[in-house]
Amino acid sequence: MLEIKGIAASAGVAIASAFRLEHPDYTIQRESVNDPQEELKRLDAALAKAQQELKAIKQRTEEQLGAKKAEIFESHLLILSDPELLDAVRDRIASEKVTAQYALDEASKQFISMFENMKSAYLRERAADMRDVTKRVLIHLLGLNYVNPADISEEVIVIAEDLTPSDTAQLNRQYVKGFTTNVGGRTSHSAIMARSLEIPAVVGTKEVMAQIQNGDTVIVDGLDGKVIVNPSAEVLEQYKQRRDQYLRQLEEWKKLKEVPTQSKDGIHVELAANIGTPNDVTGVLENGGEAVGLYRTEFLYMGRSELPSEDVQFNAYKTVLERMEGKPVVVRTLDIGGDKELPYLDLPKEMNPFLGFRAVRLCLERQDIFRTQLRALLRASIYGNLKIMFPMIATLDEFRQAKALLLEEKQKLVAEGVEISESIELGIMVEIPSTAVLADQFAREVDFFSIGTNDLIQYTMAADRMNERVAYLYQPYNPAILRLVKMVIDAAHREGRWVGMCGEMAGDATAIPLLLGLGLDEFSMSATSILPARSQIARLSKAEMEQLAAQAIGMQTAEQVVELVRDIGE
Amino acid sequence: MEKNFRITDEDGIHARPATALVNTANKFKGSEAFAEANGKKVTLKSILGVLSLGLEKGDALKLIVEGDQAEEAIQALAEVMVNEGLGEVHA
Repeated sequence: MLEIKGIAASAGVAIASAFRLEHPDYTIQRESVNDPQEELKRLDAALAKAQQELKAIKQRTEEQLGAKKAEIFESHLLILSDPELLDAVRDRIASEKVTAQYALDEASKQFISMFENMKSAYLRERAADMRDVTKRVLIHLLGLNYVNPADISEEVIVIAEDLTPSDTAQLNRQYVKGFTTNVGGRTSHSAIMARSLEIPAVVGTKEVMAQIQNGDTVIVDGLDGKVIVNPSAEVLEQYKQRRDQYLRQLEEWKKLKEVPTQSKDGIHVELAANIGTPNDVTGVLENGGEAVGLYRTEFLYMGRSELPSEDVQFNAYKTVLERMEGKPVVVRTLDIGGDKELPYLDLPKEMNPFLGFRAVRLCLERQDIFRTQLRALLRASIYGNLKIMFPMIATLDEFRQAKALLLEEKQKLVAEGVEISESIELGIMVEIPSTAVLADQFAREVDFFSIGTNDLIQYTMAADRMNERVAYLYQPYNPAILRLVKMVIDAAHREGRWVGMCGEMAGDATAIPLLLGLGLDEFSMSATSILPARSQIARLSKAEMEQLAAQAIGMQTAEQVVELVRDIGE
Repeated sequence: MEKNFRITDEDGIHARPATALVNTANKFKGSEAFAEANGKKVTLKSILGVLSLGLEKGDALKLIVEGDQAEEAIQALAEVMVNEGLGEVHA
């Protein structure tokens, strides 16, 4: 038995066997061979194995998800036996005397580029299928040991160095019971995704990849931030009880699902959820969310080989708005750059990506990308209660430019006869200190603010939230942060605007009493935090919390603030 | 034997119907089947070939079958075209 400490990233306890997720190196060099016949045999053997796998996956998908979902694997199987592809590969092996992997890779690249250059967006996306099928065969030719995360078909705990957003997007919630990674913190993407998928996770362990082998029994304790490898029978039993106890507590919270959020003295605040994809709405509704406070649209742009079309986006936005049935949905326009890259945009590497060309900065320059998104949003606006929010606004001018583009696209659409809602609120993320300081000026022009604490804290404290060595400076309760938050809320209220918060802090049990006292109107958090927050707020008096907050902003250190909150007995 | 079609599917020819076409063509071992569109001719026994035609709604497509069971084959292929909502027979 071995215990590894990490950061509790997503609550709950999961117990299952380990599955190591590793990305193999597919780089292939041109290599000559003496015996092309041998290469042809290797090719056939690899194709046969890939075929077997695909047949198994197809059958399983049919059984579990229905024939429709399985159709794509039938197409993959046909590619594996495609004469145009295989003739090209065999010809090259024979004529150039190169390895089977090189010949396959080259032939496949030609088809990939053919697809990528197609006029139809649908056909362009088939490049991804070609890549997927090719990798499946290359794995065998290169003798690699790799299982695609989408192919996982038994209950596992995923063990990884880190999980990219596209890895997490492929994880099947039915089988992936929990995960643990070497790197990352509470606000890294893998952690955020774990909370939206509602699976327990422990990140930043530094050593799970070194210590855990495939098939080991692993406990992920997302409550205390611990990973236990091959537990003794006794410990296993304890954790099974803990898991069940946690699930029972969840049941208790579920009873608050239909109850509106109210403080002990009867003041209503809105508890909203952060989502990444239309599928996440299910979690929002299951957890009694009163709104979507942050829809991160960048997931629409990830895990694909080109920009999503206006229609693809329109459908996603429309789905979310419709499923929320008139409840507010705050959509954040594209926030790419920083730690979130898009390979197909081919942006240069930056020394300081968090301070660099990202979010609205990128959108104002790449207007083609931005306008497409704005049009999709405007078209979707009639399907619900849409609010649009621009990220990373540092100056009034940026907001005015973004707003002008929105109005231009709106006029065009109206001229085209498209129906658009007349009540779309327009707001900004407050995550850059300059904007927080100038909130009184912004408040005259925007309809609302949403405070993005993850970035606001990192920019205010000048501490990279990805750098574990300066993690101690990530201080949500630092009085400096609280004062900035207060400044923003007061400025907004003076102009009759509302203020939300969509950073991790909004769902944090220590921060909630302070934020309630500071007058925050909307708290947007992981869906799973909503019911615990509702139950907490019901036990707090807003009037008393106002006094607490006033005391807190007069404190010297974050530790003092934490102590102050602890003393109220929450 | 040949037959002309016009593509009616909004998405053009996508993977599922293309798969059905190729699977059908493969059933007739004794004949060779081809698809011709936009000045390009490919074997119907290759899904990559069929997709490479880049067919979109409104495009004209000619299916050609030569060999033993040409008549049966072209009939079966036409059924796939119509049943999959891919296209309509076009004179």
